[in-house]
Amino acid sequence: MKFAWLIPAIPLMSFILVGLVLRPLSKRIAGLTATAAIFVCAALAYLLAWEYFSSCAHEYAAIVPVTFEWLRYQAGLSVQMGVLVDPISVLLMVVVTTVSALVHLYSIGYMHEDYGRFFTYLNLFTFSMLGLVAAVNIVQMYVFWELVGVSSFLLIGFYYKKHSAVAASNKAFIVTRFSDLGFLTGILILGYYGFKFFVDTSAGQTGPFDFAYLNSAAFTTKIASMPSGIFDFSILTLSMVLVFIGAAGKSAMFPLHIWLPDAMEGPTPVSALIHAATMVVAGVYLVARLFPAFAASGSALMMVAYVGAFTSLFAAIIGITQDDIKRVLAFSTLSQIGYMMLALGVATPAHPLGYTASMFHLFTHAFFKALLFLAAGAVIHAVSTNNIWEMGGLRKKMPVTHITFLIAALAIAGIYPFAGFFSKDEILASALGNGHTLIFAVALTVAALTAVYMFRIYFVAFTGKARTHHALHAHEAPKIMLIPLIVLAILSAIAGFVPMGNFVRIGPNVHNGINHTIAIAASAAAVLGIAAAWFFYAGQTARAAGAAKTFGVIYLAAKQKFYIDELYMFITKSILFRFVASPIAWFDRHIVDGGVNLSGFLTRMTGQKLRFAQTGQVQTYGFWFAGGLLLVMLVIWAAIGVKS
Amino acid sequence: MIEFLASHTPGPHHWLVLSMILFSIGLYGVLSRSNAVGVLMSVEIMLNSAAMNFVIFNKYISPAAVDGQIMAIFAIAVAAAEAVVGMAIFVAIYRRRWSIDVSTMDLMKD
Repeated sequence: MKFAWLIPAIPLMSFILVGLVLRPLSKRIAGLTATAAIFVCAALAYLLAWEYFSSCAHEYAAIVPVTFEWLRYQAGLSVQMGVLVDPISVLLMVVVTTVSALVHLYSIGYMHEDYGRFFTYLNLFTFSMLGLVAAVNIVQMYVFWELVGVSSFLLIGFYYKKHSAVAASNKAFIVTRFSDLGFLTGILILGYYGFKFFVDTSAGQTGPFDFAYLNSAAFTTKIASMPSGIFDFSILTLSMVLVFIGAAGKSAMFPLHIWLPDAMEGPTPVSALIHAATMVVAGVYLVARLFPAFAASGSALMMVAYVGAFTSLFAAIIGITQDDIKRVLAFSTLSQIGYMMLALGVATPAHPLGYTASMFHLFTHAFFKALLFLAAGAVIHAVSTNNIWEMGGLRKKMPVTHITFLIAALAIAGIYPFAGFFSKDEILASALGNGHTLIFAVALTVAALTAVYMFRIYFVAFTGKARTHHALHAHEAPKIMLIPLIVLAILSAIAGFVPMGNFVRIGPNVHNGINHTIAIAASAAAVLGIAAAWFFYAGQTARAAGAAKTFGVIYLAAKQKFYIDELYMFITKSILFRFVASPIAWFDRHIVDGGVNLSGFLTRMTGQKLRFAQTGQVQTYGFWFAGGLLLVMLVIWAAIGVKS
Repeated sequence: MIEFLASHTPGPHHWLVLSMILFSIGLYGVLSRSNAVGVLMSVEIMLNSAAMNFVIFNKYISPAAVDGQIMAIFAIAVAAAEAVVGMAIFVAIYRRRWSIDVSTMDLMKD
């Protein structure tokens, strides 16, 4: 497993090579090199997965094949960079490299302008994401966490001449930075107490930032009993809540979700890779990575569960009302990530099915959601609009896209035997199994809503009559874009049969298989949702309009995303900017800058006046010189006196 | 008169006062003359007063040696060379500006 370090290193090398050398030379070569590098990377990830799961099949083992010291503060407090190989990191490496490789391939056909820059950024992103996944300690994770944030920023604002894209990239960066402040504070608290109580409990760990140490019972029980002074939280709960704020920002959980729908301004392959399959699940990964610590603080884990459940319901309702195909998918992503969070939240160390279920859903979701985005990209490419009401009848014009989109839609809706069915079943089973009836009910509702919004797109965009000239003359996408679609469709269809419980689990008693009662309930919900979508949207729009009228205010509010953006705007602009930021800015501009300017002004004026002493005549200088000399002599004379 | 001079042999103080008077005259000339040649001449007076100091101190501190006198001759020789250079510069300036009035030379101001 020594080669594991190559998995993040290859995209880094390719990033440097493509960005510095190949980009100006030829766009073809740049694109192909970047793509080839990620394919090599994917092959290595599969090799690593095969080696890892064949050598440690039935036990949890965290192997650290490579590390090097990155920062040394003092003896016993250093930060390592390295590659951690354990079930979830291997799973994520496989997912990230697979989706990334296919998205790279797709982009060769999709992108038209600024090829080299695009692939440079994609490689940077892939490197950062793999570094994040392979993090051995929380500081390394934070560093790469910010790096994926930067690459996301660069890629959302890729069309930098478009004002909305620039605004969206700023929004994404600022919102996630804001939440990362929570994460950083959490890290600092954990690091402080981790160093204070550090005892070398196992040979594998090298410092108080290591996940192995932060998750160890010795550490968590110690800080779980210390009051933090904020509400009734213990130090453990406080730090976990702060870390979860970071996770919630990156994964776009409820109050911090506002950046993700806007992030759809980026090119569609980016949405598929970053804002659907990989980066946005980093928050889920972080919670899973620190699961024992979250579980040790029960209330933090409960918060994860309820935030996840609320987000999944909230986003699903908004998803039904949106007209932009990518925005529907964005809200669907929010909803599905909420599902993963919910599954993690309901898991307990004694009944950790939710943990497996969450990772399973992450795995399947990555494939079908990337597929949905790439198929949507193919559609957008063909009809040059994002609005589903300007599409229609694409079934015959774009057969391959249609079939793959349908497979993905069935997978996300949770229809047997597609992938989503299995992972959703496990999530529902874990929620009910651990006695969270309310969360179970929410999750079941969301399953039905998922089917509604997904098949709403399907019926509106792919069936019926073409509504515009563009839709009428749509053509199938080029082959290089269809290959990734087909591969992802196959994966979306079969990924559910992976016996995830054998690979990824924490603790004992993993339920592995279908719970029939729940499967029937979930399938019924999904079929109901599809039927509702068919009833309201297939072939006509009158019924949908009637339903919208019936719901009236609720429909309008959902369409406006429940006015969360406006609320943030109000808070930031009318309250923070007006009453806090502008007085401070005034003080800075007038008092602070004024003081600096005043000293400059005084110096300049003094110089201005003294300038007239410089006559340029040697005799004047000589006079002052002689006078000065005389003065000095007199002073010395007065001081030492004259010996006579 | 002769008796007066014979009975009042000048001591070092007298010579030094003379040297100082010469130096002050020179300094005054340097600072006040507007003709460059006059300035140069004043400089020469100052140099002579300095050279005179060498001779005075040589005579009253170690009359056996002649270091001071040699130094004074050196100073006279150097002053002669310097006067040549100075005069050459004045000629050059005169050819350029048709004047060697130092009070109009204020290019250093800029």
